[in-house]
Amino acid sequence: MTADLAELRPGRPRARPAGGRGPAAPSPPRRRHVVLALGPWSLRVERRVLGVGVVLAVLVAVAMAASTLFGDYGLAVRDVLAILGGDESDPRATYFVTEQRIPRVLAGAAVGAALALSGAIFQNLSRNPLGSPDIIGFTVGAASGALAQIILFDAAPDAVAAGAVVGGLGTAVAVYALSWQRGVAAHRLVLVGVGVGAVLQALNALLVVKASLTEAQTAAVWLAGSLNAMTWGPLLRLSAALAVLVPAALALARPLGSLVLGDDVAAATGVRVERCRLGLVAVGVALVAAAVATAGPLAFVALAAPQIGRRLTRTPWAGPVVSALVGALVVVLSDLVAQRIFAPTQLPVGVVTGSLGGAYLIWLLAWQRRNPLL
Amino acid sequence: MTLPEPADLADLADLAPAPAPAVDSPARLRGRDLVVGYGDEPVIDGLSITVPDAELTAVVGPNACGKSTLLRALARLLDPRPGLVLLDGRAIHEQPAKDVARRLGLLPQAPTAPGGLVVEDLVARGRYPHQGLLRQWSSGDQRAVDAAMARARVTDLSQRPVDQLSGGQRQRVWLAMALAQETDLLLLDEPTTYLDIAHQVEVLDLCEDLHRDGLTVVAVLHDLNLAFRYATHVIVMHEGTVVAEGPPGEVVTAELIGEVFDLPCRIVPDPETATPMVVPRRRAGR
Repeated sequence: MTADLAELRPGRPRARPAGGRGPAAPSPPRRRHVVLALGPWSLRVERRVLGVGVVLAVLVAVAMAASTLFGDYGLAVRDVLAILGGDESDPRATYFVTEQRIPRVLAGAAVGAALALSGAIFQNLSRNPLGSPDIIGFTVGAASGALAQIILFDAAPDAVAAGAVVGGLGTAVAVYALSWQRGVAAHRLVLVGVGVGAVLQALNALLVVKASLTEAQTAAVWLAGSLNAMTWGPLLRLSAALAVLVPAALALARPLGSLVLGDDVAAATGVRVERCRLGLVAVGVALVAAAVATAGPLAFVALAAPQIGRRLTRTPWAGPVVSALVGALVVVLSDLVAQRIFAPTQLPVGVVTGSLGGAYLIWLLAWQRRNPLL
Repeated sequence: MTLPEPADLADLADLAPAPAPAVDSPARLRGRDLVVGYGDEPVIDGLSITVPDAELTAVVGPNACGKSTLLRALARLLDPRPGLVLLDGRAIHEQPAKDVARRLGLLPQAPTAPGGLVVEDLVARGRYPHQGLLRQWSSGDQRAVDAAMARARVTDLSQRPVDQLSGGQRQRVWLAMALAQETDLLLLDEPTTYLDIAHQVEVLDLCEDLHRDGLTVVAVLHDLNLAFRYATHVIVMHEGTVVAEGPPGEVVTAELIGEVFDLPCRIVPDPETATPMVVPRRRAGR
């Protein structure tokens, strides 16, 4: 992090009403915020959010390093470091590290971040933790596109990925259009999305039932979500998409923070509500589509990561950066588990994220009953 | 409270080379021939209105007479079809949203904050129109937030979650958010609804202070006696039109209130302020 902590204002500017009421005011509480500034850029962030973000970034880096160092193909840490340093004396080892482990771990982090970011966008837009792309049909729609390619057209992996993108975007257009009623109310978007998702889920089941055994097997692996055969090609395509989508999501995060207060308040403070919402839906769907095209519909990441992030930072909503870091961490760690737990058999990572996510959801509901503020 | 920044004035000068104030009506916020509604049936049908500058205007009228609709149209939350809202002489819908939000603020009816949101952070949302993609926070923002919280007397609550406050405190917090926007026109949609009498007076005292500071304040109010006591200008609406407007002491009569609210009443001077006070008559036969 290159930003300097420019202004750590020590005290609260005198802002008390004249003629002071009551006894002498206690010393002002420590400010909850830090202002980060770099050139023309300045941003206020809560100390706790900043701290959580830094810790998460470190954990993501550690998890990625661990995934690169440990794998099926027995390599000493020293050897991996040598290969990373450019030593190509063992072509087989070099292949495993640079063509398998590294693209896989990078893709895991990118897919997790994209899913989580999309989840944060939709949960905040709908003011509902269940308003995630998993629930409101976009992930299912992306799967429909991919399944159609696998089963109906017997397509190659790249075409399957393209099918997922088209399916996700098409579903989003349909849901958005069906929700439109002089503007799109968030709750209607969620309900329409749940309905469209249910229809598409049935369609997906029909496709799999109609498929031949091999096609059904391919489809099942794809549907579980896997990083097992990750290569540089899909990773680079995903990176190119994220290079556009992540800055767009961060730019839209600020108006999103006002939309959370309701459309009227947002509009009164100068947010162009419908335009921002359309932009956020577009970016959110594109993020899901790109992630699903790369690794299949990994269960629960978009739903759980923003909620985990929100609880770590103790903020009323899920910030985009923290959510993305949690998503990256969850997927990289899940993939490590998926690779190692029954080694040499490799599980699809989606099986692990699904189990973790389900357990998390149960814990959340059980905990929430006791502590409604969470 | 604040004038537009010099840069804004320069922009305006560029865009409108002859910004000579219209001779007929120099008021900053006007609505012309407004037709506004939510479905096919217009709630407001052909209403023209001038919001007098630097006055504390109360909009009163029976339920469903179009008060809130008018306020929302004036704040460009609803599009009049047809009709035109003019802010500083130009159609409000054609002006950049943030540009408008630096001059005109609106506190909607009964806003809700997400659970756990802290007062200071809610008030800071009012700074949105003053911030940009790069400069998302400045010392000016901090000053405005602190000043707005002090003004609305919520500084002591600044670290408390909004949803744990009482109704009166919460309304003052939302007012602080609108004040942090630093607009010199402020529209308040039923700011006293759901508040007990003491908190209503508290909110209206704040409105009076803002008016004394030179702000133009417009509030939709339900309590006629408080409206007539605090307002320097009153707009009486009935069935989507304005039936009377002017200083309360001049326009409020027993006939007017009786007709608009379908309530036989007497008007007596408020013993505290001598402003008009509405006293409903007893039912006949008692």
